[in-house]
Amino acid sequence: MHPLIAEIERSQAKESVPLFDAGDTVRVHVKVIEGGKERIQVFEGVVIATKQGNVARDCFTVRKISSGVGVERVFLLHSPRVDKIEVTRRGDVRRAKLYYLRSKVGKAARIKEKRFVNTKVKTSV
Amino acid sequence: MPRAILGRKLGMTQIFAADGRVTPVTVIEAGPNFVTQIKTLEKDGYTALQVGFGEQKAHRLTSPELGHLRAASVKPLRRLQEIDADDAGLNLGDESKVDIFAEGDKISVTGISKGKGFAGVVKRYHFHGGDMTHGSMIHRKPQSGGATDPAHTLKGTKKPGHMGAEKVTQLGLKVVRVDLEKNLLLVKGAVPGANGGYVLVEKRTR
Repeated sequence: MHPLIAEIERSQAKESVPLFDAGDTVRVHVKVIEGGKERIQVFEGVVIATKQGNVARDCFTVRKISSGVGVERVFLLHSPRVDKIEVTRRGDVRRAKLYYLRSKVGKAARIKEKRFVNTKVKTSV
Repeated sequence: MPRAILGRKLGMTQIFAADGRVTPVTVIEAGPNFVTQIKTLEKDGYTALQVGFGEQKAHRLTSPELGHLRAASVKPLRRLQEIDADDAGLNLGDESKVDIFAEGDKISVTGISKGKGFAGVVKRYHFHGGDMTHGSMIHRKPQSGGATDPAHTLKGTKKPGHMGAEKVTQLGLKVVRVDLEKNLLLVKGAVPGANGGYVLVEKRTR
């Protein structure tokens, strides 16, 4: 990537974002505009994939089971619409992408909790 | 002000709007351009401006090229391009920068498209091709070259051949951002050519 493009992408990055990876449970605070009004909506679920492009293109997929139906949302990590991300649980998984969870239900879709974690906050460059 | 600027395509990225909407953009290093020659009706039979862009080491240019640039008293330039003349009264050696464009302007971008080499008809003309299975022995072949009666293939019949690496103009693109300090122009959408290729950005939409 050209350094000038990298600079444009860096300038759009948030100052700090929490460090999390696939398997972690997160609460994503999303700004939604409804009828001219802006409010915060929380989407809580398991991160099943993170994708790193360059800064502006980093995104992650969150999956939750909502009234018996699996719901997945893809968020751009540095989008102004993503107000805040809270990590509520660290998962112990062996894979980078947890797409296999889509075919699992109930007990089989559980993820072990990680016992010892590094909770440092990632600061973007 | 000139109505066009010569630049270089750097690549693509995306830009967040305040409400979180994402715009795909191409980043173009646009200018600065230097006027290297002014063509006049009396001398050349038509009017135009010749501008140059991009630094170059002097030893990479031929002496006629260097002499031509010295006449305009500009430093060695990599690329020259003729653009439409205007009444701005630019003189030889004058600089034009990316501020001739503003956010929201409709522009066109001309570049040399990526070369695809010797391409078959499926890639080149979007032929459907034949079945891959079911005993088909025609997968990506062009099939009939025409009727038997003319006894020869008509001119212009779509056949495999060289594709790409030709001049392409994309019309009606929109300027998303202008960065005068870094000479950058952010254009919504894609622009012809590979990253690093030279592009001509013009204030015209047809």
